Amino acid sequence: MVSVSGRMDTLTAPEFEKAGTEWISEGCNDIVLDLADLEYISSAGLRSILAVAKRLLPTGGSFILCGMTGVVEEVFSISGFDSFLPVYATREEALSEK
Amino acid sequence: MCCIERERIFSANISELENIHNFVFSELDGLSNKRILHVELAMEEIIVNICSYAYEVPPGEITIKIIDCDESVSLEFIDAGVPFDPFALDDPDVAKPLLDRDQGGLGILLVRRVMDEVHYSRKDNMNRLRVVIRKSS
Repeated sequence: MVSVSGRMDTLTAPEFEKAGTEWISEGCNDIVLDLADLEYISSAGLRSILAVAKRLLPTGGSFILCGMTGVVEEVFSISGFDSFLPVYATREEALSEK
Repeated sequence: MCCIERERIFSANISELENIHNFVFSELDGLSNKRILHVELAMEEIIVNICSYAYEVPPGEITIKIIDCDESVSLEFIDAGVPFDPFALDDPDVAKPLLDRDQGGLGILLVRRVMDEVHYSRKDNMNRLRVVIRKSS
């Protein structure tokens, strides 16, 4: 379970990608990403999430998103990212579906 | 109709994002929190595009113009880079599965969807991108 807060933009997205790559190399292959405290995401943020999701694929792991609201939810919907990644309203629902 | 115009020139470099952000938001008035985030998103996507692709020998310059009217705010992004109309491209296919996704064009798709109007023109060897936000929406 990972919680991201604040902004995922051109300046901060590379940090997320780097952290995600580290979790996977340490064997954490089932990731639930809680976005409840994320206020803003741009296409750079989406790309970093995509990069982590693609690295997880060959491990057979899972990548689940939850808690998104407001403009973050809107950006996921416009980009279609909510169609290929499982999305749950709350952390509790995400964990019970795992 | 009463409009107030402001403009400033910045280096077309991603490290200027914060300065551009501060300039724009010190001038903007009367937008909801959601619309402010929409403006931030459109600005980031457009500026990153210009900084990454406009100039063959970067960094060039980018002029930001704010036209604040009663009913709407327009932001204009003007660069002297290679002619390029991002709004002339087809939208990416957002129904593609994960493995087939490369994320070209996503930023411009977001700009299109969160702004009320988008315009491109090429004049005096400059690219001019203009986005409009209606204050009532």
